[in-house]
Formats: sequence, C-alpha cells, structure tokens
Amino acid sequence: MLNLGTDEMAKYPFLAEAGQYLKDKGFTLDQFGSDPDLGPIIEKAYKRIETAATGKIYRSEIVTLDDLDLEVFSFLMAVILLKLSGMHTLIRRFSLAEARRAEKYLEKDLQNISNKKQEELAIKIIKDLFSMDVKKTDDYFVIQVSDYLKHSVFFHEKEWKLINRRTDRGNVFLTSHEAVRLIRKELDSYIRSKIQSIKTPTMLAALEKPVEKLVTLAKKFSVPTIESTEYPPCIKHAIDFLDKGENLSHSGRFLLATYLLSIGQSVEQIAPLIKNAPDYNEKITLYQLNHLAGSSGSGTGYKCPSCDKVKTNDLCFATSDCNGIINPLQFKKKKNLNA
Amino acid sequence: MLDKDLQLLESAFKKYYFDHFDLIHVPERTSEREFGYQKFNSGMNRHLPIKSDEELRIMLITNIPSDVYCSNSYYSFPNLPMNEKDWKEADLIFDVDSKDLNLDCRKDHSCIKCLSCSEVALSQKICPNCKSTKIEEKSFTCLNCVTAAKNEITKLITILTEDLDVSKKNIHVYFSGNEGFHVYVKNSNFQKLGSRERSELVDYLMFRGAIPETFGMKKFNSNRSSFPEFDEKGWRGRVSRQLFGTKSKRSKGITEIISNGYTTFQHRLENMKDTLGVKIDPSVTMDVHRIFRLAGSLNSKSGLTKIFCDDIEKFNPFRDACFIDDEKTEVFANCPITFTLKNKKFGPYEKEKVTVPKFAAIYLICKGFANSV
Repeated sequence: MLNLGTDEMAKYPFLAEAGQYLKDKGFTLDQFGSDPDLGPIIEKAYKRIETAATGKIYRSEIVTLDDLDLEVFSFLMAVILLKLSGMHTLIRRFSLAEARRAEKYLEKDLQNISNKKQEELAIKIIKDLFSMDVKKTDDYFVIQVSDYLKHSVFFHEKEWKLINRRTDRGNVFLTSHEAVRLIRKELDSYIRSKIQSIKTPTMLAALEKPVEKLVTLAKKFSVPTIESTEYPPCIKHAIDFLDKGENLSHSGRFLLATYLLSIGQSVEQIAPLIKNAPDYNEKITLYQLNHLAGSSGSGTGYKCPSCDKVKTNDLCFATSDCNGIINPLQFKKKKNLNA
Repeated sequence: MLDKDLQLLESAFKKYYFDHFDLIHVPERTSEREFGYQKFNSGMNRHLPIKSDEELRIMLITNIPSDVYCSNSYYSFPNLPMNEKDWKEADLIFDVDSKDLNLDCRKDHSCIKCLSCSEVALSQKICPNCKSTKIEEKSFTCLNCVTAAKNEITKLITILTEDLDVSKKNIHVYFSGNEGFHVYVKNSNFQKLGSRERSELVDYLMFRGAIPETFGMKKFNSNRSSFPEFDEKGWRGRVSRQLFGTKSKRSKGITEIISNGYTTFQHRLENMKDTLGVKIDPSVTMDVHRIFRLAGSLNSKSGLTKIFCDDIEKFNPFRDACFIDDEKTEVFANCPITFTLKNKKFGPYEKEKVTVPKFAAIYLICKGFANSV
C-alpha cells in the first residue's frame, strides 16, 4: 500500500483505509451521530454527492491543514451516506465524479516538473493501482502497447484506437492528460469497488435526514426507455444478404443467430433464415444454432458480439440511429429523449 | 464422400503419417494445450489432451484423421469444456489467405461446383447445367498468389518488429497446407491479451480506423507542421512516404491535401488500407479459443502438409509441402483448370479417366475435382 501524507490523502481520499484513518485521527463513527461539531462534515459529504449527481466535479477548498482532514473525512462520510441510502445510481455517479477529480490531481502531479516527488507519486499510483508502467521520455509519458490496449479498449472514440497513436518499438507515447484519461474507467471501477466492499454501517439519528434526501435525489435519475421494434442495420443487412442467396460469412451468421437468440427467438424460428445460403444444410444449421443457444455442447449460450467486433468483421452498417450504442442489442433500447 | 475416395484418402494419409512422423511433433507446453481432430465424413473431436509425440503418433495411426488441430492457447485444464478450461494465455496468430487478396489471377484458377447436380465449370454465378444458385467456389492457388501472400507476411513482420517490438526469433511462419500461411508470435508481451485487445491489434496491422487528425489534417486550420515527416516511425512515417513519394515533394503534397479538404483526405486514408494495411483474417487473430491445424499434419482440403517455412523467400508450397508418394493412381477427373505439383503440370481434365501420381490424385479428390475409380 502507498504511504501517503494527509495532503496526498486529500487529493486521493479513496486510497485511505476508512476505519484505520478515523482511528488514527482519534474518531469513531458513533461520534458523528452525537457530536454537533462534526455536523459540517456531514453537510460537506452531502454536497459532495449532490455535486457528483449533477455530473459536476467537486472542487476542494483547501486553505489550512484542518481543511485537509475535512477533505478526507467528507469523502469517507459521503461513502457512509451512500451505503446507508443503498442508491446504486448515486454510487455510480459519485465514483465517476471522484475519479475525474482524482484525474485532475494526477494530471497536475504528472506535469509538475518542479516537484519530482509528486510526479513519482502519480506514476506510482498508476502503477500500483492499475499495473501499468509509465515512463517519462521528453514531454511524453510512455507505456507499453500491451498495457495501452488493456485500457484503451474501453473507449469508443476513434482517437483512442492504437492506429491513431504515436507508436514505436512496442511503446505508445501519450501526453499527461491522455495517460491519466486512459485509466479513468479503472479509477472509477476502483473507487466503486472500494465503496461496494465497505460494510453498510448501522443508521445513526444524525444521518437519517441526509440519507432520506439522497433517496429523493436518486429518483430524479431514473431514465425511461422505449423498445424499438426495428432490427439494427447490421442485422438487417445480414438478413437481406441471406435473402438474396448470398454467402454470409461465418461471423455474419454468428452475429445474426446470437442477436436473434438474445431477443428471444427460438432455434426453429431462426433456422429458416439460413435456408437460402448456398451451403445450407439443415442438420448442421440446427446443430450450430442449438450450440449457440447453449442447448447442446457445454451448455453455455453465446452472447451477441459487441459493435467493435462487428466492425472488425466488416459487418457494421451503422446509421445515426446507432449513435451511442456499443452492442447491437442496445439498438432496441434507445433512450426516449422526449420522456 | 464416396467409399472409394475415402479408402484412397485414408490409406494415403495413413502412409504419410507412418512415413513422415519426423515432421510432426507436439508443440512445447504440450500438457497445457487442447488438441482436436476430425475424421473423413465425421464431426470434430475437441478438448483432447495429448501428452507426447508417442501419444500423438498412436492417435494418428489409429484414427487416421483428415485434419489434426492444436490450440494456440494455454489452459490449466485443456481437456475440460471451454468454460472450465481456465484460460492462461495464447500465442498471437495471423492468417494470411491468398483467397482474401482479390488478385486478378484468381479467376484463372477458380471454378464452381454445383451442389445440386455436381457440375464443375469455370467461375460463374449459376450452374450452367441445372441453373441452380447453390454453388460452391473451388480454387487452386498459383505461384502469383503465393508471392502476394508472402508480401503480406513481409509487411506483417515489419510492423510487428518495428512498431510492436516483437523479436524476429519469436515469429514463425507456416504454410497452412492449402491457400495461405499462418504466422505465430510466441513469448511476446501480447500473450495475455484477450479477444477485444487482439481485435484492436488487428485494426492497427490492417490500417483500419485511422482518422485524418492523426496525420495532421484537421477540419479547420490545419497546421502544416503537424503533417508527418518522411522518416517518422510507425504509421505516420509509412503514410507520409505513401502520400508524398519523396522528401522533396512533401511541402507541395501538404498544400494539395489542405486545398482538397478534410473529406477527400479521409477517403484517401480509407483507401490506403488496401495498399498499406496487412491483409489478414481478423476473426482468426481475435479468437482466443480456436484450435489450429497442427504443424506437420495434412490438410484435407489439398493433401498438402502444414509446414514450417524456414526460408519464406525460397519456399514453394507445390514443391516443399507435397509429401504424398508418387505411386501411379487412376482417377475419374473433371477439372477445367490446370495446376502444378512437384514441378509437374496437371490438367485440364474433362470428365475423363486419368492415371496420375498419387499426390496429384489426392490433391484432385481433396479439391473435389476427381473420384477414385
């Protein structure tokens, strides 16, 4: 575990072991229920969640050393409030906002040429938490291609594709902003899993009100969806292709079958679609469909491939209706913007 | 498959496995691999453990498989069902198939076989005999196809070594036994990558998904100095050399690109994947649970051997991968195109009985152009 000072803990409070931190500072959780002097911490913790819920990043106002403790306490208290509320939508928003907050500090520390120690700490956090070796070469932060790929596959913007990166001798060259941005999702997952791993404490009287307010806040964020009856363009293309008696590739048939199975069609409903294929064989088709459905073989059903995989296989015929989806199955659950 | 064909193929394959066992070895880390095989006229047997050359030999002689496979993945329990195998890592594999290169010569050595009436004819959309659309494409490979596939392998090896730091000694090229090559990369940094990451690597090698901004072009206010230098590393350098031809033409080239606009440049980049990108089969590299033809085994689509290419430049599959003996064999052949094996030209044959060396007879039967008599 990293050995951090309070100022560093204030920047990266999710690295603190909550119980140990409180104990080290001479506090117990029960005190928050009885000591009115600790009220501002609860208030600040609520604000921290509220800011995160609206998609903004909480800004620290550190002036004195006491403020540093307040920063860490308010984070830990926010986690307790979230656990007591049980509102997963808020936990998701909070962890992402905290990840983005930490990202800003990491980026600043990486760029801090006057303080080598801070740069080293930022590099060490990235290495310890995300098993990614970062080396500094001139103005670039250099990571191995294999490490880059493990993180970049979570991005859907084309600029993150390896082809659009400066690459040489097995290394990818990134700016400090890009190096930190690369781990946002994992930073978010790390914070979220840390929150999830904490045991929900017993409710204290002083926390009842803010917890109730959180439950009300969470209700604002439920998003109604509508079901589209249309097939996504890649599936339409596969069906049209087979209709014409063309030879749809193996990956095309896999896409079509797994998609239709996922939306609830049966093997018997899907098999006739393949009938026009030049190499159609009823026995083999049924065997393969049953295998994909998981009703034969190892019993594991196959999932519909992601849009990325569909693209790689040259089977993607995206239209503007596909914007924002990462799997053809999501085409049926487009957000109803008017709701 | 007809009984007579089956008998001939099985006896030829058995003899090959008996005479040429020196060519077939279990790969390293044997106990972590999944093996599989297929028999003529039968389905696939997968999830098999084979521990030694001796065990492999017994399997080959007792089962006389049409095709033998081995995983590029390493598992804790290779003989269990897929979701219980406990995947550890996998060698990177690239498949370069001359069928995917869209060469002009392909029409000269391709034809169709009707699945309804078995008529064989030169390439066309419908069967000239019964007008059925249910036809199967059949093809041979020519030396031109092999040379083009070798060029793709050279491109692949250059990018792997220069951009991705793969050591040359870890790259092994094999002729697949039919129309292409398999390139294996062992002990690299990419061993533990999953399917999604491998798919990204494929896009990189194939030059897919490149955006104009990467090469200096913006929608508005492009900066001339952002365009790639002639001798830059990686794709920026390759694209620069392709765009400008020579160093001295760079400045003029940039002016032209900027004046033609963003969309034109985007199309130009898109087209470059056909010239600069490596033509590999994406689904092969992405799949981390596949089993691949075992080196040294026969390919039932041709009767040729999947074999390691020590010197890819000099390698000639029609000479170096043909190991079936030359005993005279009579077949009934219907093959409108010619082919060369062991420096001897065969065909065309028009529904006629011919006596040819066994390796040519097996080649014709495996390709579906002849039957044993």
